[in-house]
Amino acid sequence: MKLTLWTYEGPPHVGAMRVATAMKGLHLVLHAPQGDTYADLLFTMIERRDHRPPVTFTTFRASDLGGDTAGLFKSAAQSAYDRFQPQAMLVGSSCTAELIQDDPGGLAKTMGLDCPVVALDLPSYSRKENFGADETFLALVRALAKPMARTEAITCNLLGATALGFRHRDDVAEITALLAKMGVTVNVCAPLGATPDDLTRMGQAHFNVLLYPETGEGAARYMERAFGQPFTKCVPIGVGATREFIREVAGITGLSADVDETGLRQPWWSASVDSTYLTGKRVFLFGDATHVITAARIAAEEIGFTVVGMGCYNREQARPLRAAAAKHGVEPLISDDYLEVEAAIAAAAPELILGTQMERHIAKRLGIPCAVISAPVHVQDFPARYSPQMGFEGANVIFDTWIHPLVMGLEEHLLTMFREDFEFHDAAGASHHGGKAIARVEDSPAVAALAAAVAASAPATVPVVAPSGEVRWLPDAERELKKIPFFVRGVAKRNTERFAAGKGIADISVDTLYEAKAHYAR
Amino acid sequence: MSLDLPLSPGCSAAPVLRERGQHEVFCGLTGIIWLHRKMQDAFFLVVGSRTCAHLLQSAAGVMIFAEPRFGTAILEEKDLAGLADANAELDREVGRLLARRPDIRQLFLVGSCPSEVIKLDLARAAERMNVQHAPHVRVYNYSGSGIETTFTQGEDACLAAMVPALPATDAAELLVVGALPDVVEDQCLALLNAMGVGPVRMLPARRSGDMPAVGPNSRYILTQPFLGDTAAALDRRGAKRIAAPFPFGEEGTTLWLQAIADVYGVTADRFDAATAAPRARARKAVAAHAATLSGKSLFLFPDSQMEIPLARFLARECGMRPLEVGTPYLHRALMEPELALLPEGPMLSEGQDVDKQLDRHGAQAPDLTVCGLGLANPLESQGFTTKWAIELVFTPVHFYEQAGDLAGLFSRPLRRKALLTAGAKP
Ligand code: SF4
Ligand code: SF4
Repeated sequence: MKLTLWTYEGPPHVGAMRVATAMKGLHLVLHAPQGDTYADLLFTMIERRDHRPPVTFTTFRASDLGGDTAGLFKSAAQSAYDRFQPQAMLVGSSCTAELIQDDPGGLAKTMGLDCPVVALDLPSYSRKENFGADETFLALVRALAKPMARTEAITCNLLGATALGFRHRDDVAEITALLAKMGVTVNVCAPLGATPDDLTRMGQAHFNVLLYPETGEGAARYMERAFGQPFTKCVPIGVGATREFIREVAGITGLSADVDETGLRQPWWSASVDSTYLTGKRVFLFGDATHVITAARIAAEEIGFTVVGMGCYNREQARPLRAAAAKHGVEPLISDDYLEVEAAIAAAAPELILGTQMERHIAKRLGIPCAVISAPVHVQDFPARYSPQMGFEGANVIFDTWIHPLVMGLEEHLLTMFREDFEFHDAAGASHHGGKAIARVEDSPAVAALAAAVAASAPATVPVVAPSGEVRWLPDAERELKKIPFFVRGVAKRNTERFAAGKGIADISVDTLYEAKAHYAR
Repeated sequence: MSLDLPLSPGCSAAPVLRERGQHEVFCGLTGIIWLHRKMQDAFFLVVGSRTCAHLLQSAAGVMIFAEPRFGTAILEEKDLAGLADANAELDREVGRLLARRPDIRQLFLVGSCPSEVIKLDLARAAERMNVQHAPHVRVYNYSGSGIETTFTQGEDACLAAMVPALPATDAAELLVVGALPDVVEDQCLALLNAMGVGPVRMLPARRSGDMPAVGPNSRYILTQPFLGDTAAALDRRGAKRIAAPFPFGEEGTTLWLQAIADVYGVTADRFDAATAAPRARARKAVAAHAATLSGKSLFLFPDSQMEIPLARFLARECGMRPLEVGTPYLHRALMEPELALLPEGPMLSEGQDVDKQLDRHGAQAPDLTVCGLGLANPLESQGFTTKWAIELVFTPVHFYEQAGDLAGLFSRPLRRKALLTAGAKP
């Protein structure tokens, strides 16, 4: 048993729903209790779909349990078939049905439905949503795709885009357009937008583009083995990765890698002098492994940030994430416990967090700017406007999204210059953000004098800054620390404490603070 | 009584369509979302699966707190193998939780479908923990599973579980039952006070220390229609229920107060003095919306058991025409006063086969559809105007001062549709 407050991923049957909802002409029958239909609203609300997910729940109740739940499953499957006349059906169990051990696959087989029926194995007590999506897509491809002669023109399949995917809609559009510039046509994009009939034609493509390893790798590997189709390994998020992806496609197809980059503005935006202040800003990355790995590369090589922490919640992709973390010289964090993530972020004291919806809340709590780079996300990250992450327009979108939450350059300089300015201070926040600015309450002279007197007579009074470990802050040093602009104060505090601990200094004075500053000066 | 009670029998004898099929509803776990806000020193620990955790999180939407007071003990493969171990694991997790949260005074072990199916005995576990953690923490247990409860029934199961542990009393106190937003609770208490009715106690109370006592001289009245099991549990403690329609709208609130006034011998003068001004305000506030709602047809999908009282309010005070009133469960005894008021005409349905119900809905093409979030956008995209039902549980809607807001929840989608249609390109 594990006490869980918030989960990064849903159960595996939600992954199956993401595949079913992405497709057309397919129907999923889930053996599940009344109540599990809650998952419908992820699609109708968060993704704002205008139709019900093509999913029927058997809706068994306690009173059914002793009796014929298998019969209930069969009648639900039959009426779903009769009503929706799908080209193919998926059948599976949610966590509760897994316990009552009816076998949806076996039951459906006995019914003689007039369409392919694909049985899903979704181990709810050991696996999660991404596994469910990957496994469902693999099961469909395995059941429906057949070896075929290659198309005359050079074509590929796009693999892994699903319902409820972070920016999947626009990534597909962006990569389709990019491939078209190279002379490659998309044969089938799946699961997003495909029908079961489309899946039967996947074997005729020359190669596969694996957009999202989390939800398409199983199928990509299967098709490599079964149909001899190579698949792309580089996920084209970021300028460097997109160019590498183009070279990879050129290598597979023999086409030219010389692709028109009109419309790509990110490199100039990043090179322009206005961006100089971004250099070395400390960034912490968390999300699904694919988005974190690609984001780390953009952060370090294309924007000039320093990566101070990275991690993912999906264990399936832990290996590539570890490798990437090693490249950036940081300790990888593989965890689905948001409290652990919060602790790691607090310890790293970043100036920017790139993460999921959860990290946004953590960021708000810690008072650190944040941008979203990965699912799970809320309704505002399924935007109306075109907002890919992939390809060249994706690079533009990413630059704008990440820079926006930061304090702007000139403002930052003024803050550093005037330290605890009465209008710009940590409680006021950045000038271009929402929220009413709160003027700083100045200590009255009397209180200040009293504080000074107390400080003078008892230099070892208990400091207000929370001491970490053995070191503590003397009041003067503490006041000096507060004059450092809030966006670098966290790291200044941490460095000073580390410096003091290393030197065996128990009480941090103003001198210790500046000695540490000189010590860590870059 | 000066009220215009209907001469027709209303819907008391109307046939009820009972359906069985796919239900598009939440399970009772969802009740935790509002109960944990109401009971400020309680923690709700669901013993369930990742699905249950995901449901809570999806239903709680953006409500992430620094230290949320609900969570899920997720069953893992090894827990399924041996129940003895599962109990030991649960004890350990609870011990850890209570050590970290010394402010918690009430702990609810909430059963789910998986815990019910593997027959994990949470009642026994709660007893065991009560001994361990007494007197600081009181441990209760109830089930919010989807195989046993629908949406608001989770609150019913929770309150019913608390009743046997309430202290005994012989005092003649009035118990107002049902979790209300604090602002509404205060209004309710002020009205009763103005009528000279007291002492009044609330179930649930904001804090464990304020829990009411109950006994043979207690009278109780429900503020919500879905509290059948809680009512039965109070009956077993000897308390007597005051039957009334539910306090939605001006009429509902007045009849609800009148039922109490009758029991407590409040004079007509005193009753009028206490209610005349807020009644007039409520009427006026509702009238502003009735202009939009009057004459419009209405279809309610089953969701919370509030459908019948709401249809009654919308028909009688706002002039709407209910076509079908669906409810997940129809508790005859509690609903009798409501059915008597609901004008004849609509089809009443209990339970659901959502596909068939959607067919009926499409054929009738109502002006306004009240439904869950899984259906609302799909119906909007087909040109229907919808009001998502969950908001009725998450918004203050009871008593006089909220009557206008309640009507407003239904008129807003219609006004919006008109605005957007006017602005649409020709
Ligand atoms: S319906 Fe059952 S399994 Fe599903 S979330 Fe509710 S309690 Fe958990
Ligand atoms: S805004 Fe978010 S929480 Fe609110 S109803 Fe929509 S999806 Fe749910």
